[in-house]
Amino acid sequence: MWIPLRAINPAVSDSLHAETIRIAGHGDDQVEAYISTSLHGETRGGVVVIHHMPGYDRSTKEIVRRFAELGYDAICPNLYYREAPGAAPDDAAATARANGGVPDERLIGDVAGAAAHLRSLANSNGKVGVIGYCSGGRQSVLAACNVDLDAAVDCYGAFVTGTPPEGFPLQVTNLVDQLPNLRCPLLGLFGNEDSYPSPEQVDELDQILTEHDKPHEFHRYDGAGHAFFSVDRPSYRVEAANDGWERIEAFYGTYLGS
Amino acid sequence: MCTYATVTTELEGSAKGPDSKWFHVTDGTVYFDHPVHAMAEHTLNIDFTDPSKGPSARVAVELTAQSARELVTAIEAALASAPEALKV
Repeated sequence: MWIPLRAINPAVSDSLHAETIRIAGHGDDQVEAYISTSLHGETRGGVVVIHHMPGYDRSTKEIVRRFAELGYDAICPNLYYREAPGAAPDDAAATARANGGVPDERLIGDVAGAAAHLRSLANSNGKVGVIGYCSGGRQSVLAACNVDLDAAVDCYGAFVTGTPPEGFPLQVTNLVDQLPNLRCPLLGLFGNEDSYPSPEQVDELDQILTEHDKPHEFHRYDGAGHAFFSVDRPSYRVEAANDGWERIEAFYGTYLGS
Repeated sequence: MCTYATVTTELEGSAKGPDSKWFHVTDGTVYFDHPVHAMAEHTLNIDFTDPSKGPSARVAVELTAQSARELVTAIEAALASAPEALKV
């Protein structure tokens, strides 16, 4: 006789539902999003996943499902949906890039919409965190300075602090002037061999948050550079990634748990 | 890191793209950043596109920095080898 595992252990949360939906994003625009939730509807917190610059891709959707397996309702808005609805992720990323990228104001509105959607779910405990990788790391901090969130994770986001090199044609600004407005605890995960953010820029972020009495927890990994979580890229570093996932689980367990 | 730096240019020509079909190329985007497919942390990426035909009207290449420089040299050499009268 087949017995659902949950009947044996109600804490098991790996029976998942995942689908593409539409949510109200910045300016009430209808934006595509990928969401994964528990099949059993237990009360849980939520996580907004911000995809990296290469787009709303398979690896990002795998991260969304992993958070659902870890015990959270998770959602990733497609930040490029407006420019390229229905396009392949790499084509959409190329189109968005050619059009100048994602404006900060729009990112804030899309994360706010995603967080509101998670809180509207019947099983929500009202708590929502955010996480972003690479360019999404900066956007995670940006969102945490502007949106009502309960925890934020920055995975090696460049230009949160730091001054761009002279002549660097930067199209984004750092977030130094916004950091005093950080609304929630921040977990930062960084590679010591990364140049953007460099260890010195991470030091600067640590110092600014300490000066403003903002709760934060940073972990830095030797032998890892940028994008060490990316399992399908040469930059993947298994030890850093495994430890990083454990840190994320503990951090969200503290701030997003029921 | 994501460099965010993007150089765009208008182009006039053709490219063979999705489903092995040729299309008219009107725009080029050039940037040095994370690749989607190449096994390198950063590459010189070029998108040959026709935005009027949608995001999929794109031929993408991702080259190592050294390969990109060699491509520039090769293009210059090829152009230099052709009679001026042909290059209009």
